[in-house]
Amino acid sequence: MAVNLKQLSQKETRLTGGHRACAGCAAPIIVRQILMASDKPVVVGSATGCLEVTTTVYPYTAWNVNFIHNAFENAAATISGVEAAFNSLKRQGKLEGDFNFVAFGGDGGTYDIGFQSLSGAMERGHDMLYVCYDNGAYMNTGIQRSSATPHGANTSTTPAGKESTGKKEYRKDLTQIMAAHNIPYVAQASVSNHRDLIAKAQKAFSIKGPKFLNVLSPCRLGWAYDPEITVPLAQQMVDSCFWPLFEVVDGEWKLTYKPKNKPNIEEWMKKQGRFKHLFRSDEGKQVIAEAQADVDARWEQLLARCGEK
Amino acid sequence: MADNKKIKPNATAKEIPMAGIITTPGNAKEFKTGDWKTRVPVHIEENCINCLICWVYCPDNAIEVKDGKMVGINLDICKGCGICHNVCPTKIKSIVMKNPD
Repeated sequence: MAVNLKQLSQKETRLTGGHRACAGCAAPIIVRQILMASDKPVVVGSATGCLEVTTTVYPYTAWNVNFIHNAFENAAATISGVEAAFNSLKRQGKLEGDFNFVAFGGDGGTYDIGFQSLSGAMERGHDMLYVCYDNGAYMNTGIQRSSATPHGANTSTTPAGKESTGKKEYRKDLTQIMAAHNIPYVAQASVSNHRDLIAKAQKAFSIKGPKFLNVLSPCRLGWAYDPEITVPLAQQMVDSCFWPLFEVVDGEWKLTYKPKNKPNIEEWMKKQGRFKHLFRSDEGKQVIAEAQADVDARWEQLLARCGEK
Repeated sequence: MADNKKIKPNATAKEIPMAGIITTPGNAKEFKTGDWKTRVPVHIEENCINCLICWVYCPDNAIEVKDGKMVGINLDICKGCGICHNVCPTKIKSIVMKNPD
């Protein structure tokens, strides 16, 4: 599926400006690009998080589509319910048309709090797309660690100092967990590669059944970087294989982007304030080496899965 | 259903739509976030190749496009993040960030 920006720009925007996300936030970019990919009317639900809070400050809404509020843990449950209700009403002849059902959640609302409802909705086989924008912490409530936070990151619940070098644990690989649900489409994308992201969203909307998209979303506040570099920063994280781009279609793993040269993760770590403590001590450098070894091991595993080795 | 725009701050429960539903989708565009910015993007038309990369990456939908051509920047909602300047692929950037006078 070709991505033609000139054609896409003719469509009416589905997330307007005037929302209160930070300048340089990647989440609205991701939402705009994903909703651009759908040709049908959409119903959107969003888990509590930055995206929900900043786009729906009463009496305003930035959503130019049907939007439902719900709690932190049940975005997937709500949207799967909407889909089931729609199917029932359609059978009864009370509603017509065709809709896409989309749920958005941050990494807190997806990896941790909303995980059970997401897993349930995927298992029940609803025709819906779940999009996780992964910024690696609970940014909305003040940068607390989540299971998506990278090793060594400084957050308000894993503060770096004399006794600590930031988060001790490693990231949970949610995309792999979702692939293990044996659903028709699972993909990992990044805000830095818009063609890849829009094409994956188009592909997801063309498939019937449960779909999951995990998208890297830099957070200028929690990661502490200059808002201007949102896109190149995500690109470096993709190139370093920290966030590889791949898709799993009906159980077939496929890399959609293979970086030409693989920079060390230090390259993007030094641009982010949440890692700056690691560069000050020998212990910190040890943590970087551990994180690099983890990234390399996961990349090797992925290459083997995708049949690239 | 009641119009959200007409709701006054001291409205009673009966004057507010049921469950606080917002009946005017996308009305956030009337909320001006343009005063957040410390730097102003300026579009230089002669360098622009209308690739629309700035439009697809603008988080605030501030890039105005008409018939596949970039026609300007809506400074009323632009927060001045500078992403458009950064992603602009032309050799001499078609969008530059300027400090306001």
